[in-house]
Amino acid sequence: MNDATVEALSCQELVELVTAYLEGALPAPDRARFDEHLASCTGCHRYVEQMRTTIRLVGRLTPSDLSPDAERDLLAAFRSWRR
Amino acid sequence: MSVVESPELDALRAGDEAAFLALVRRHQTAMVRVAQIYVSRKDIAEEVVQEAWLGVLRGLDRFEGRSSFKTWLLRIVTNLAKTRAVREGRTIPFSALRSPESVPEPAVEPERFRRPDDPRWPGHWASKPSEWPEQRLLGDETLQRIQAAIEALPDNQRAVITLRDVEGWSAEEVCNALELSETNQRVLLHRARSKVRGALERYFDE
Repeated sequence: MNDATVEALSCQELVELVTAYLEGALPAPDRARFDEHLASCTGCHRYVEQMRTTIRLVGRLTPSDLSPDAERDLLAAFRSWRR
Repeated sequence: MSVVESPELDALRAGDEAAFLALVRRHQTAMVRVAQIYVSRKDIAEEVVQEAWLGVLRGLDRFEGRSSFKTWLLRIVTNLAKTRAVREGRTIPFSALRSPESVPEPAVEPERFRRPDDPRWPGHWASKPSEWPEQRLLGDETLQRIQAAIEALPDNQRAVITLRDVEGWSAEEVCNALELSETNQRVLLHRARSKVRGALERYFDE
């Protein structure tokens, strides 16, 4: 049944490949081994889901705002630039 | 890219102050993070960014849209930040930015896995990640923990995760702006995301 010519990934190896996997940067054979491992390993399945959740949550951070001082200085510079 | 931004740049050229402030706000976080790679201190990075905007205004008439506006912007910040870093007597962390893989940093502590000589399952989870409480994911404190974890990252990792995951830049845009190879960009992103995940795990396990 199993294709025994390729060695299976360990969980410890898989966690180092998650970003390459999510970025679509894994070569096809590695991607297949990754998917195969995920399908049968609840720990890694959860791990990859948590990485996806992390990315989603990081995306909710609001970019930092300008300080009023910085804004005033920039506007002054902008006004003098126009002249 | 330049096609999308050009109405805004035209408004700028026409002296539209609101358009200028909107542009500044939109790019502020990315610019500060990038400057921080070189000067580290946030207050100095913010000064560099102020200086960069003046450079942008001076150079605006020469900007022809051959590179994307973002790339151009970030190049100005990077150059100023490098100069400032030299003036501050800081060694520019070229090696840290260019070859992150030279220093290994596991995504998950090795103790979480079975030992390599385990007779049955070498390298498999010894202690699996536990489930995260759905209802706490969107809490304010969760976001604060994420923010803190990002602040605690090395400057180069912080810059990459901010541009990619907070600002939504593509990998290619980040590589161009930070002069990184695709592989190194990915290594830095991987480490940054892995650490933020780890921080969330510790928080939910508290």
